[in-house]
Amino acid sequence: MDFNMSKEHLMAKQLFHDFAINEIEPWAEETDENHRFPWETVRKMQSTGFMGIPFPREMGGQGCDTLTYVLAVEEFAKYCGTTAVILSAHTSLAADAIFQNGTPQQKEKFLRPLADGTKLGSFALTEPEAGTDAAGQQTKAVRDGDEWVLNGTKIFITNAEVADIYVVFAMTDKSAGTRGISAFIVEKGTPGFSFGLPEKKMGIRGSSTCELIFENCRIPVNNLLGREGKGFGIAMSTLDGGRIGIGAQALGIAEGALDRTVAYVKERKQFNRPIAGFQNTQFVLAQMKADIESVRYLVYNAALLKDAGKPYSVEAAMAKLKASQVASEVTRQCVQLHGGYGYIQSFQVERMMRDAKITEIYEGTSEVMKMVISGSLLR
Amino acid sequence: MNIVVCIKQVPDTKEVRIDPVKGTLIRQGVPSIMNPDDKAALEAALRLKEQFGAKVIALSMGPLQAELVLREAFAMGADEGYLVSDGKFGGADTWATSSTLAAAISKLDYDLILAGRQAIDGDTAQVGPEIAEHLGVPHISYAEEIKVEGREVIVKRQFEDRYQILKAKMPVLVTALSELNQPRYMTPGGIFDAWRNKEIGRWSRDDIPVDDGNIGLKGSPTKVVQTYPKTMKQPGTKIETDVDESVQYIVEKLKEKYIL
Ligand SMILES: Cc1cc2nc3c(=O)[nH]c(=O)nc-3n(C[C@H](O)[C@H](O)[C@H](O)COP(=O)(O)OP(=O)(O)OC[C@H]3O[C@@H](n4cnc5c(N)ncnc54)[C@H](O)[C@@H]3O)c2cc1C
Repeated sequence: MDFNMSKEHLMAKQLFHDFAINEIEPWAEETDENHRFPWETVRKMQSTGFMGIPFPREMGGQGCDTLTYVLAVEEFAKYCGTTAVILSAHTSLAADAIFQNGTPQQKEKFLRPLADGTKLGSFALTEPEAGTDAAGQQTKAVRDGDEWVLNGTKIFITNAEVADIYVVFAMTDKSAGTRGISAFIVEKGTPGFSFGLPEKKMGIRGSSTCELIFENCRIPVNNLLGREGKGFGIAMSTLDGGRIGIGAQALGIAEGALDRTVAYVKERKQFNRPIAGFQNTQFVLAQMKADIESVRYLVYNAALLKDAGKPYSVEAAMAKLKASQVASEVTRQCVQLHGGYGYIQSFQVERMMRDAKITEIYEGTSEVMKMVISGSLLR
Repeated sequence: MNIVVCIKQVPDTKEVRIDPVKGTLIRQGVPSIMNPDDKAALEAALRLKEQFGAKVIALSMGPLQAELVLREAFAMGADEGYLVSDGKFGGADTWATSSTLAAAISKLDYDLILAGRQAIDGDTAQVGPEIAEHLGVPHISYAEEIKVEGREVIVKRQFEDRYQILKAKMPVLVTALSELNQPRYMTPGGIFDAWRNKEIGRWSRDDIPVDDGNIGLKGSPTKVVQTYPKTMKQPGTKIETDVDESVQYIVEKLKEKYIL
């Protein structure tokens, strides 16, 4: 077993770090405060090849791997949870769904522009009445000649307003249950496809989250992704991969908060000495560091399994479960070690604590992760 | 068009501290980077490549670990990379360095040679022009803008208070300022290619057609007697004018220093 990163991964990590310092950190606070999508950063990510990291060169990607993609999400999340989820939802949900399930024509038409950075992707499964119970899809797709006609509403969709290409799930046969769900590719601008109002969120506030509304939205039959009735499986397997991205996001947020806190406790003096001198501070820092490192291995391991073509669903669930728990706990402790300053916006850990929470919720709640893990134990 | 770009691996001086007793740089634990002016030179070469089509050849002299800056050059888009590395080249001053690099360049096919103005660890700004002298080609230093028209290079050369626009026929050497451009980032795929699909040409002493008397410490006429950090001594300024004028003066000063 080799825990050492290759030279290319180390160099990529350095690249993502430099990019984060120069292009992401300067905007992170403002993006959060104004609930503003960080377009200037995303444009640079697009032109630097960051939107297609794990996909083959022939398909417009960078020809790297899941681990490299994880390093990007992690480094970005150290400074800005928003930027990390933009990358994650685009790459491991939208683009990967098409990469894993698309026809050669669909990959050429839809994956290539996603991977080469010309277009942004989004993935729409959740509905007002179908959250954890994703099988309860109400959105309907009815075949009409050469077209599918979509009707229904998706809710809480990341990259919603800003994306160009959407992977959308809908019922094609209500009587068949999960086997009646199919996946579709929808392009922005298709008549009958519109957006609800942006959600006001606790964290990752620069990311675009809103409803997708389909009213007699007609899409060509060629935009059916995978076979009819296979949509639920596509959604679940895509989310397995997405969870590695969210695990990386959570890991990065925790690391970012710890880095800032280590710097802070050395500076902040009370009782005539830096608060780093108190044993409580030291022990809390130590616990956080150990938690973060243990999570790193879970996240990287899931990525390596995916790259090796081995099953990784349970490992991804464990990685996301632990990483999101650690992110929430670490950011909470970091705020505590900052005292009142931690509760004030400009000290960053306040934002990080808000950003961390979502990692326990989206792409399957922690409860869902436990269902996946326990399911594998009790099989 | 073949463009040779000279790049040096340097300690990131933003992170360097000075040993208070010995007065030397503490290099331990300091990250190494591609010298910023050299990176601007590389970027200029890559832009010319995009504009006209060119082969960009990165060349570095240094210890084996300088391989990293050549990999970085590949990841940014350089086509070939050569590392001149041998213990015998160690301890070189600007004369020995430029003699060695010029001899290395003489093995290559080149139309344009780009180098950074100066390295942040030495700050001499001599190596680029010296290479040109050894090779017997013209050079233009301090480029803030580089244009190519046919076989001619047109350079906007920066001085403290003015510019010169100079034109020279290839082959020519130009030294770049970091103001020349904003170097691109590596791409992730470029990094993978750089390590997995590209070879660095390695040249040791015997591969370089240069005299023993012109290399390494022995071939270096410059002897460093002592290095020491500057001590801060600021006498401060005393302004004796009326209140309004003093306020005006102070505000100006603060603006000058971007404090206001
Ligand atoms: C900011 C944000 C971005 C999002 N981005 C996307 C996106 O891009 N695409 C997309 O499709 N979705 C997205 N979502 C939706 C997200 O995945 C869902 O919110 C999540 O899956 C939970 O669904 P729900 O909100 O309906 O909660 P519910 O399903 O109503 O869950 C409420 C609570 O009940 C628990 N619960 C539910 N069922 C069970 C059970 N059987 N056993 C035990 N506990 C249970 C849950 O764990 C949770 O604690 C996003 C959500 C947010 C907030």
